[in-house]
Amino acid sequence: MTIRRALISLTAITAAAFNARAEAILIRNATVLTVTKGTVQNGNLLIQDGKIAAIGKDISGPSDATVVDATGKFLMPGIIDCHSHTAIEGGVNEGTVSDSSMVSVEDVIDPTDINIYRGLAGGLTVSNVLHGSANAIGGQTEVIKLRWGKSAKELAFEGAKPGIKFALGENPKRQGQPQQGLFNQGAQDRRYPGTRMGVEEVIRQSFTEAKNYQANWKDYEARVARGEHPIPPRKDLRLEPLVEVLENKRYVHAHCYRSDEILMLLRVADEMGFKIRTLQHVLEGYKVAKEIAAHGAGASTFSDWWSYKAEAYDATPYNAAIMARKGVTVSLNSDSDELQRHLNLEAAKTMRYGGLSETEALAMVTVNPAKQLGIEDKVGSIEVGKSADLVLFDQHPLSNYSKALKVWIDGHEYFDRDKDLETRPKLQDEKKKLLEKEDAERPNGIRDRTRPTARGLDAGEESN
Amino acid sequence: MGRKFFLRPFGILFALSWTTLAADTGSVLIRNVTIHPVTSGEIANGSVLVLDGKIAEIGTKVGARAGARVVDCHGLHLYPGLINAATNVGLSEISAVRDTVDLDEIGTYNPELRAEVAFNPSSEHVEVTRASGITSVVSLPGSGSRGPRRGAGGGTLISGQGAVMHLDGWTWEGMAVKRGAVMDLLFPQIQAAPRQFAALAGGPVRTFADEEKQYRIELQNLHEFFEAARRYEKAKSARSTDFRPDIRLEAMILVIGGKMPVFIRAERERMIRDAVEFAGREQIKVIIADPKEIGSTGALLKEKNIPVVLSNTLQLPMRDDDPYDAPYTLPNEFYKAGVKFCFGTFDVQFARNVPFEAAQAAAFGLPREEALKAVTVNSAEILGVADQIGSIEKGKLGDLILTDGDPLEAKTSIKRMFIAGREVPLSSRHTREYEKWMNRP
Repeated sequence: MTIRRALISLTAITAAAFNARAEAILIRNATVLTVTKGTVQNGNLLIQDGKIAAIGKDISGPSDATVVDATGKFLMPGIIDCHSHTAIEGGVNEGTVSDSSMVSVEDVIDPTDINIYRGLAGGLTVSNVLHGSANAIGGQTEVIKLRWGKSAKELAFEGAKPGIKFALGENPKRQGQPQQGLFNQGAQDRRYPGTRMGVEEVIRQSFTEAKNYQANWKDYEARVARGEHPIPPRKDLRLEPLVEVLENKRYVHAHCYRSDEILMLLRVADEMGFKIRTLQHVLEGYKVAKEIAAHGAGASTFSDWWSYKAEAYDATPYNAAIMARKGVTVSLNSDSDELQRHLNLEAAKTMRYGGLSETEALAMVTVNPAKQLGIEDKVGSIEVGKSADLVLFDQHPLSNYSKALKVWIDGHEYFDRDKDLETRPKLQDEKKKLLEKEDAERPNGIRDRTRPTARGLDAGEESN
Repeated sequence: MGRKFFLRPFGILFALSWTTLAADTGSVLIRNVTIHPVTSGEIANGSVLVLDGKIAEIGTKVGARAGARVVDCHGLHLYPGLINAATNVGLSEISAVRDTVDLDEIGTYNPELRAEVAFNPSSEHVEVTRASGITSVVSLPGSGSRGPRRGAGGGTLISGQGAVMHLDGWTWEGMAVKRGAVMDLLFPQIQAAPRQFAALAGGPVRTFADEEKQYRIELQNLHEFFEAARRYEKAKSARSTDFRPDIRLEAMILVIGGKMPVFIRAERERMIRDAVEFAGREQIKVIIADPKEIGSTGALLKEKNIPVVLSNTLQLPMRDDDPYDAPYTLPNEFYKAGVKFCFGTFDVQFARNVPFEAAQAAAFGLPREEALKAVTVNSAEILGVADQIGSIEKGKLGDLILTDGDPLEAKTSIKRMFIAGREVPLSSRHTREYEKWMNRP
């Protein structure tokens, strides 16, 4: 790189950094639900450089700070969803193989997915975007911040540890059963495994290979260090991420339902020497809460989903409460473009089902998922020094009558209900003009309404 | 600490043994509660007397009666039992396991099918749903799924008769509040599937014009089915010698006579408009079900006095460029247009969440009292059962819930429930799992 080119890029970076620098914002007179440090009534909160700079009753900001009057309103940490498929372009499953650890969600993030904005409008700020559940070992995952309007790269949550999706039970074995696959393929197209026993075997086989692969590389590196010139082992893109799991550089997020398969996975992991970071869905987690807690896995479940398939029939909405009482870190996830818009209301259900306190309920969608994703030092609660990822609600967010008014990420405003309302007539007008233009450009004036939308193919795919 | 905490809500439930329940004649005096009758103002420190299943007295000075047990619930709130106006409860247990599902019978027109006869009184969904304060549901014989087309006639259009069912009873007969409450009709739709789907399914790509033509054929066929029913009725009343009974057409007599409302599932503005026009032409009574938009149909529905059963408020907008809150504000749009509406969930799994669908509408503009009406009295009126359920009024059934707050809020606990004056337990498969596994050593 020439000096000239380096200078240009340096200037560009500085400009970008300058533009990105958040202004100071003083949110005044809110009920501040910190989640980890109690509730501050009539509290002020100062945002500086994208971080929470101060919280308290008598806090003031610099003279040029933007002041937001939050009288009568409720401020809570940005909501975090530990299980999402939002913003994945195209299909969520690389379902042709039982172990698809070589593929990554990072490569297919669509930053223009409208569901990012819709999530924001419900107070969501961080999502753990996962591969689907068609394979025992699925693809690599990515944690994103819902920075609507930014590029796919800029959505990435800086410093969040990468993950990988596993899946147990009905979904990964479905491809192994005739007439059960996504496209109703016949017996000739069956893919191993077709039983829970086979699911266990796939995981065991892959990690056995990964350990061997890891040993070969260690041996190679040791020999290089000794000054020898060995032939390096062949790179294997499928085993690389599994070695990262073994070396605790990559989290395992495992989709599961029944208690037997949960226990199976914990035991395989114990034996192979890695950790399950989170059990996803984990509808029967309440039956093996003790074992989950002992392993140190988190549980990311639904508030009240049940009965949609055989393995979801023994579900209970008290699952979150039971696991929490038995020492498991529990979060509530969405797995859905729709549900992610109201995770605060999902959290409220834990007060009915199991009598959790308001703080415990809020933690299920804020600090607990932050812990599960290893990002609790940066987000998940309202504390000085954490990123200014905040949501302002008109009423207590655990009320079914509440709605989000404003959302900040890193101190930048990404959603404002009033502005959204103001923009609507302009967008309507723009749409009308575009449609008129399209009509005018067609020779016979007929518009083809059957053309697919960008999301057309996603619609029929189930991943839960 | 955990154990003490969890045992508390079950104290009441344990007290309700099956022998007590069986001996319960449906006479009870509920005292010292805040009464929310829905159709009239709130009564503080009030009492409601239910005799033999029916509400006999409401007020602040209601005396005890012989045979009516006294329930003193200081500090609690009394509401009418909630109604979910569209579900498949009782007919579907595990949605992905076909053997447990009795929805969508084979055939395009099945008006003679009756949901109540396949309503499994022991379905776990009965107890689970009522634990949220829901005392009655409409069980529909159709899932509403448009599914793959079967032949030129398309999939099922008329799936049968929906019934209003109480969520308590020993048999479906005893649980039915109203049989044949609605005729479930999936209105034909222009199915303009994206081309990728056609390619994936290996079928030909069909243009909008092809689809529109298909839609017209389906509408015409539907009309001819109604015509056949009219001719049948004429032949029957003429006592023609070659008249042959046909239970399919027989079942349509109440429909063509305007006695049984047709529950027309019509999602888009154009379908609603066409459905209203169809109803006018066929001179049938109609309820518009599951509309996803109102468009300019508000005035039309109001003018024709056509009510609406709304589906989930908590759902995604139909189009990418719709306002993010379009489904949230939709109920209020119907309200502002003066259209009578109520809520249903159109499923089984989330039937218990109908109160939250109503509350979400209130968060986005619908007055709270209207949200409550849309899961109580409006539902009863639309379903033709307002003489029996939907509000706390003298002469209606004693379908009552005791709560510690607003029943549309998730954080509220539903404490006790009475159906036709009989107290029913709020335990379910879900609380039993809780009980059992919290105690796992």
